[in-house]
Amino acid sequence: MNEYNFAYLDEQTKRMIRRAILKALAIPGYQVPFASREMPMPYGWGTGGVQVSAAVLVPEDTLKVIDQGADDTTNAVSIRRFFERTAGVAVTEATAEASVIQTRHRIPEAPLRADQILVYQVPIPEPLRFLEPSEVETRKMHALEDYGLMHVKLYEDISRHGAISTSYAYPVKVEGRYVMDPSPIPKFDNPKLEMAAIQLFGAGREQRIYAIPPHTRVVSLDFEDHPFEASKADHACGLCGATDSYLDELIVDDEGGRMFLCSDTDYCAGRRRAGHAGAEAAPFEEDAA
Amino acid sequence: MQAATLEGGFGDGPRDAAHAFRAVMTAMARPGEIVTVAGARPPAPLSAAAGVVLLTLCDPDTPLFLAPSHALPQVREWIAFHTAAPLCPAAGAMFALGPWDALPLADLPLGTSEYPDRSATLIVEVDRLDPEGATLAGPGIVGTARLSLPDLAAFRENARLFPLGLDFVFTCGDRLAALPRSTKVS
Repeated sequence: MNEYNFAYLDEQTKRMIRRAILKALAIPGYQVPFASREMPMPYGWGTGGVQVSAAVLVPEDTLKVIDQGADDTTNAVSIRRFFERTAGVAVTEATAEASVIQTRHRIPEAPLRADQILVYQVPIPEPLRFLEPSEVETRKMHALEDYGLMHVKLYEDISRHGAISTSYAYPVKVEGRYVMDPSPIPKFDNPKLEMAAIQLFGAGREQRIYAIPPHTRVVSLDFEDHPFEASKADHACGLCGATDSYLDELIVDDEGGRMFLCSDTDYCAGRRRAGHAGAEAAPFEEDAA
Repeated sequence: MQAATLEGGFGDGPRDAAHAFRAVMTAMARPGEIVTVAGARPPAPLSAAAGVVLLTLCDPDTPLFLAPSHALPQVREWIAFHTAAPLCPAAGAMFALGPWDALPLADLPLGTSEYPDRSATLIVEVDRLDPEGATLAGPGIVGTARLSLPDLAAFRENARLFPLGLDFVFTCGDRLAALPRSTKVS
């Protein structure tokens, strides 16, 4: 603990990130450039989220880190351990007990409260990037609120597949102004973007920070005759039986056997602890969760 | 240089700044919410809250405009020693500090349409800060909130410029509240 400055980053770096966060909150959905630092993990492992978390953490925080909804994957475990060591904060796997949650590609199933902060790891922050590779051009498009290209993309989805086939990183419009990439969360999570907690997005390699203040209007782009639909696999969780949570598909043998289970491990474990059981559930054991 | 210049900074920089930023961020994310901050004892006429905001956000990278009423030797020396923020004319400021009447709103940077974040943040010293008066609505607010503001027309005009515009932090004693450009005031 004593070998590191609190939360790893030096104070001048934290001030720079903090100023970017304040501007991001003042202009919801706008990507604020920041001078991303090299972190002791590779780009693509959540360096943007880690830098944002380092700038907002206080010693009394309880941190939860999830990767695709799971608390026990390599990425989540190493980031949690990083902040235990460099900030001395408490950590948890329980969504309700956390004050700061860093996430890769999911929003927890349990509704977040006003006293919680959700920090997203973002790979490509620019929603228009795959449609227009030039930063100069996309910046101009945001300035002019020229989002026709995005609607053309969604329309081409419909003409090719009969429906909007974009299933993750589904573009949203924030407070009626900026089109924003909600990071590669499944579109099932899009309706949850209007929440009581503060949401901060950090893209380390791309050097951008953006934010959604609590209770901000976030609308998934769609068409009147093809309205947005938050979809998920049409199954119940094999372990806890939940029908309302986002599911991962798991291949279980070489014969094409498969099962569906909650992507949010804390939500699933909580339900099993409460006695819910899915079709493929073994008797619940605490240490197996 | 007086000994007083050297005092009044954060006792434990990283942790005091972390707590202070969390409070400022909460205020900016929830316009109208009044938070209490601690850790700075700046020289008069600066309020403790204004001192905390300076220590938390300002450094050699942030040109600061001081209103004439606050551009006093003891204030300038305290800011120089604790933050090293360069003082500058209003047109180049990232931060501006002073009482409402002494801040040249028209001269401060509003950002550009391609970089709306390149706008000034104002630290406005006010005599009273209460959850009453003007009605606020917008991101961060459930329904409406109320906050005692020193003006109405100026904030209405500022919100109309969105996504350009100034962002405000109101400081009073050890309390502060914020008003980002996204908030509609009536």
